[in-house]
Amino acid sequence: MRVRSMQPSMSFEYIMWIFTRISGLAMIALAAIGMSGALLMGARTQMDLPTLLRWTFFPNPNHVVNSGIPDVAVGWATAYWQIMQMLIIFLATSHAFNGLRVVLEDFIGHSYLQPMLRGLIFLLWMFSLITAVYVILAS
Amino acid sequence: MALNRKVGFFQGLRYQGGGPMFTWMLHRITGVAILVFVGLHVISSFFMQQTGSEAATFINSIYENWIFQIFVAFFVLFHALNGLRIAVLDLWPRFLTYQREALWLEWTIFVPVYGLTVFILVQRSLAGG
Repeated sequence: MRVRSMQPSMSFEYIMWIFTRISGLAMIALAAIGMSGALLMGARTQMDLPTLLRWTFFPNPNHVVNSGIPDVAVGWATAYWQIMQMLIIFLATSHAFNGLRVVLEDFIGHSYLQPMLRGLIFLLWMFSLITAVYVILAS
Repeated sequence: MALNRKVGFFQGLRYQGGGPMFTWMLHRITGVAILVFVGLHVISSFFMQQTGSEAATFINSIYENWIFQIFVAFFVLFHALNGLRIAVLDLWPRFLTYQREALWLEWTIFVPVYGLTVFILVQRSLAGG
């Protein structure tokens, strides 16, 4: 079988298809960064496993406040981790709401519901982003 | 670009897609489930932090339950590993020659890692942790 090379057009679907793959890989990398960062800051002796995993999913100081860390403000609540949290939140919400859009549009197809659905998902996406950025900056 | 499928739900269930279709279905189910419970967790944490709402605290206490965590571990770990397989095969299509092996590799990584997680969770709950 000969492999044909095709040049895909830069449609919205194609861009989101690539974004889903890249953001998925990036989130795995960010989780690895979060976990190694926690272990470097002494999580092995100060945290139990669930707390370490909570930090891995979302490196927010409020996520680990009820563990054995002496002072969360030192090292754990820095601008570096705030940037990491914002990256995770942006990638995760965009990946998730785009995935929801793809799944739902597979079921409804082209109908009068599609623009309404896209608008609703866009609003939910904006709402989640704003809420999460508020939580990140307030904590 | 959704196809206009003339296939009913039960007719679709009879499609013999095998292992790849099983992971495709699980990927969608786990993805939507993660969106639902992470979204609910973000909203309830927001209200717990801002208003100290009792309902929000109750929802967050479910997330700390070990039985719930066994499900969350399955959903997140499967979605991450299966997504890694999909992303690698899609971005480097020459590896598609080995897609059967990739599926086997995925399950051989998933089963021990998830088994260890369940073992730790059950052991901690029995110890009263």
